[in-house]
Amino acid sequence: MKDNGRMLKKLLEMVVKTYEQEMDCAEVFEVLDIYAEAMVRGEDVSAMLPKVKHHLEMCRDCFEEYEALVRILESPDL
Amino acid sequence: MERTNEQWVSDLRSSGSAQDQALGDLRDKIRKGLPYSLSKWLTPSDPNFDVLADEIVQETLLRVLDHLLSFEGRSKFTTWAHKIAVRIALTELRRKRWEDVSLDEWVQGDDGVSGFDRIAAMTPNPDLSAEQVDIMERIQQVIHDDLSEKQRTALLAIGVHGMPVEEVARRMNMKRNALYKLLHDARLRLKKSMAADGLNPEEILAAFEQG
Repeated sequence: MKDNGRMLKKLLEMVVKTYEQEMDCAEVFEVLDIYAEAMVRGEDVSAMLPKVKHHLEMCRDCFEEYEALVRILESPDL
Repeated sequence: MERTNEQWVSDLRSSGSAQDQALGDLRDKIRKGLPYSLSKWLTPSDPNFDVLADEIVQETLLRVLDHLLSFEGRSKFTTWAHKIAVRIALTELRRKRWEDVSLDEWVQGDDGVSGFDRIAAMTPNPDLSAEQVDIMERIQQVIHDDLSEKQRTALLAIGVHGMPVEEVARRMNMKRNALYKLLHDARLRLKKSMAADGLNPEEILAAFEQG
């Protein structure tokens, strides 16, 4: 039963955050390097590129890639 | 000396020692980035790390050379190359991590209850009001009536069970981007159908969380 409730909650959360126009994975990949560099420089990336931020909230694959790229950019010896 | 973006592109497009030197330098940079990018997946002390890292670096260099003309210079060249390495690396790691998982597991559970039927195939629960049970049944009806089988599978595997888009796409013989679009269409369809049916997802979520 708890499983059913969790399933429903995840589904509803996804629906709530769904917009008519969203960027897809390929479009986000195109700008992921620019977005990650801006984030590491401390710029307000969510204001600059809100659709990228939204996609990263919706797509775990892209978010993991974004996080991995940021870890490289923030590493001390690179 | 650090190369500018233009020098990277120019050296990699040249031939002879300038290209060899640039390829060697880029190889080193990509390799040094991997312990950081892969830290949530694999540590450098893992016996598989070195072999995987070598494969990733090699594949990245090939892809960078193939796509050199598409680099627009809007980020540092090395960031662009790291981005390509990260995509290659995580694609491979996801494949390995999920290789034993079949989509059927999500779509058709061990108990024979299929996918989203689970939402409504619940035994009466004293924690839920009759109204909440009714809402769950109506949502399940919308999912059944308005989404295709592919959309239901994608929504269930990715949205509910957290399977990577990439891995679901591979199992459905689709490109990752096409599957993301299919998933977006499914979410949007669900949102519109729920609205047409008088169901407000924000209110339902709030009610369930209070309950």
